[in-house]
Amino acid sequence: MSNRLSGNEAVAYAMRQINPDVMGAFPITPSTEIPEYFANYVANGEVDTEYVTVESEHSSMSVCIAAQAAGARSVCATSSCGLALMYEMLYVAASSRLPVTLACVNRALSGPININNDHSDSMGARDSGWIQIYAENNQEAYDNFLMAMPIGEAPNVRLPVMTCMDGFITSHAVENIELLDTDVVRKFVGEYQPEHYLLKKENPLAVGPYDISSYYMEHKVMEAEAMKAAKARILEVAAEFEKISGRRYSLIEEYMMEDAELALVLIGSTAGTAKAAIDELREKGAKVGLVKIRVFRPFPGEEVARALAKTKAAAVMDKSEGFSANGGPLFAETRSALYDLRERPYLINIVYGLGGRDVKTEDIEKVFARLAHIAASGETGPVYTHMGQRSKEDNA
Amino acid sequence: MIRAKDINEHTPWQDLTPGGEIYEPGTARAFNTGTWRTDTPVFHQEACKHCMLCIPFCPDSAIPVKDGRRLDFDYMHCKGCGICMEVCPFPAITMVPGGEPR
Repeated sequence: MSNRLSGNEAVAYAMRQINPDVMGAFPITPSTEIPEYFANYVANGEVDTEYVTVESEHSSMSVCIAAQAAGARSVCATSSCGLALMYEMLYVAASSRLPVTLACVNRALSGPININNDHSDSMGARDSGWIQIYAENNQEAYDNFLMAMPIGEAPNVRLPVMTCMDGFITSHAVENIELLDTDVVRKFVGEYQPEHYLLKKENPLAVGPYDISSYYMEHKVMEAEAMKAAKARILEVAAEFEKISGRRYSLIEEYMMEDAELALVLIGSTAGTAKAAIDELREKGAKVGLVKIRVFRPFPGEEVARALAKTKAAAVMDKSEGFSANGGPLFAETRSALYDLRERPYLINIVYGLGGRDVKTEDIEKVFARLAHIAASGETGPVYTHMGQRSKEDNA
Repeated sequence: MIRAKDINEHTPWQDLTPGGEIYEPGTARAFNTGTWRTDTPVFHQEACKHCMLCIPFCPDSAIPVKDGRRLDFDYMHCKGCGICMEVCPFPAITMVPGGEPR
């Protein structure tokens, strides 16, 4: 079924098709439309969802955690400072092993106050124990949300899932989209059937007990093992999803990587821009390609290393700072993943697109030009740089 | 199903429950928290009128009751806070230094 929807509409529609038991709802730009559209579905009786309006994001996540523990499938949507206000509860959801699903519409964190896109919100939550899946466009935002529950709810995973899309660029831009039939979606997502839940009266349950030092470490190891297991589960669910949609997903997407000598590694909507630039450069004979990170948690280290193994130079493009003074978070992960390769490409990090700063095909071409120079000269130059800011010096 | 009694501080991570979930009620009974005590209440049975005032004031449930009469302290759960001594209208409870039960 073809349609034209914004990213927010697409995710709200996915929620409508899934018909979750509970939504913890609190608005924040640019994710506000998701609970807004969904409120319509609730008011029109199109879903049976208990729609809980709360006083903050800390509370919306708390509602979701409590509902999920009770045995209900719960969903949530937020952005930026809203996600930051949830941080405490994000860890509670993950460590209590409750597979809540959250649509994160990526936006910069304050300050200075800014409502536009970058990845600093979800990157700040990258160590919270949530699975993170990023969309390039509206179609992927829709598809990723449909795949989230079968991934997170798997008994050997039991982790919450954050599906991310770029604020405004993806959330508000209207694109053509292929929607699945609701019957097909419901069959694919299935019922939430946890083995233990608070409302199961035959089996009393306590969730989230105090964990003394004699047990905490063991529970964290279990959580880490679950995150490792999520990798295979994500691929299994993707294979099932391909059967109903014809659309193929993996942990990463390799674009023109077969013979690529120069490559980009990046996340989200910039992949579309990069693909357009790569198409143009390929026409001129340049062997350039892209590794798009679809799943950031669990991080597909082996897959990224394999994809970049034969390149000469690569640029990791981070859409969030991180202030490590040593490169952005995606750079840290990628460089670490390449360490075990016998021969590694030259690797640079470019932090770009902060707070809604645009990135164009010309910018991507500049990055490839820099990579071409590095590959030819063997001189990496400054490894950790920024792109797109006004400067008295040249930057790319 | 993993029961609380089968878990202890030697249990490997593979045999624990996800998120530390507990699949039965009342497991606090099995958890010895009396070791935190630095002062210890002493029950003087002969002075007790069984007015039951100490029982609701106990922040834990460390004063067992049977057939309308209070029994000696449950030292496995008493934290030694001394509130029972404060509220007792009779000289039926005194506090002594140290965590050892008397």
